[in-house]
Amino acid sequence: MSLLDYFKSSKASSASLAKERLQILVAHERSSRNQPSYLPQLQQELLEVIRKYITVEQDAISVNFEQNDTQETLELNIVLPDHPSKPS
Amino acid sequence: MARIIVVTSGKGGVGKTTTSAAIAMGLAKKGHKTAVIDFDVGLRNLDLIMGCERRVVYDFVNVINGEATLNQALIKDKNCDQLYILPASQTRDKDALSQEGVGKILEELKKDFKYIICDSPAGIEKGAHLAMYFADDAFIVTNPEVSSVRDSDRMLGILSSKSRRAEQNEDPIKEYLLLSRYSPDRVKLGEMLSVDDVQEILSLHLLGVIPESKSVLSASNAGIPVILDEKSDAGQAYADIVARYLGEEKPHRFIDEKKGLFGKLFGGK
Repeated sequence: MSLLDYFKSSKASSASLAKERLQILVAHERSSRNQPSYLPQLQQELLEVIRKYITVEQDAISVNFEQNDTQETLELNIVLPDHPSKPS
Repeated sequence: MARIIVVTSGKGGVGKTTTSAAIAMGLAKKGHKTAVIDFDVGLRNLDLIMGCERRVVYDFVNVINGEATLNQALIKDKNCDQLYILPASQTRDKDALSQEGVGKILEELKKDFKYIICDSPAGIEKGAHLAMYFADDAFIVTNPEVSSVRDSDRMLGILSSKSRRAEQNEDPIKEYLLLSRYSPDRVKLGEMLSVDDVQEILSLHLLGVIPESKSVLSASNAGIPVILDEKSDAGQAYADIVARYLGEEKPHRFIDEKKGLFGKLFGGK
């Protein structure tokens, strides 16, 4: 390492920031790429059914689709509120 | 067996047409009969980069519609008799291309040509879709810049799900990374994503790095594919890329910055 490099390495570069942002974004976009196209609608309809009985927020429900060689898994996750109450 | 190569990127302005022209010329110069097709209907530019804009009589859409034969539409390159250009239509809208029509033309070209280069338009609309649909190999042209890398990844997803090979469960399209407009000096300063960064994000086989170079603009000004400027760094980079694609061993160049006298004395390493 030269004397110049020593001074240059003191601050985080914009390139490393770009790399970090891209890695997160690309990973996210790849995971949603293989999902079936009906997933967002399924999530919306499930939310409507659940809301008939329990008051939950939009982001309290998550639907994940995973695929490996032998099977496909649809995972449904609902976070119930602390004090469930039926909507009036 | 003929091979169809698509030059694609998703994002515009990264160097698809420059690359298509250079690669096609490089393959033809090596003695392989090559055709290069402009898929950018309505915005044709390959003819300008190849310097044959005044010799366009018939185009891709004319052939699809049966208004001209393939031989009437193909333009023989003035620098290399192994190279032919099929220009895009400038007047019709982009829906003029059909999958069936494109497939028929490619089948006909495969009988006579060793390599068929498909110069894709930017975006992911019909023209871009048809350019990649029948491909055997894909050259992903990427700039070391966030939006270009993201769009390249999007294209990779489309290649692996929407192509003929994917739909018919054949071996997947072979994908290669061509990193263009690269500035080693700026990478060194931490201002630009490095080759390793881009490769790590896209996990693609690197076919070559094309440095940011003044010779690219001079070449397009003159209508001569930059690969014919053998003294230029970009021309040499494309020549290396063609050689590597054909299976020759060539160490990667243009990745490290050029060192001046000062750099050699004080740059270390």
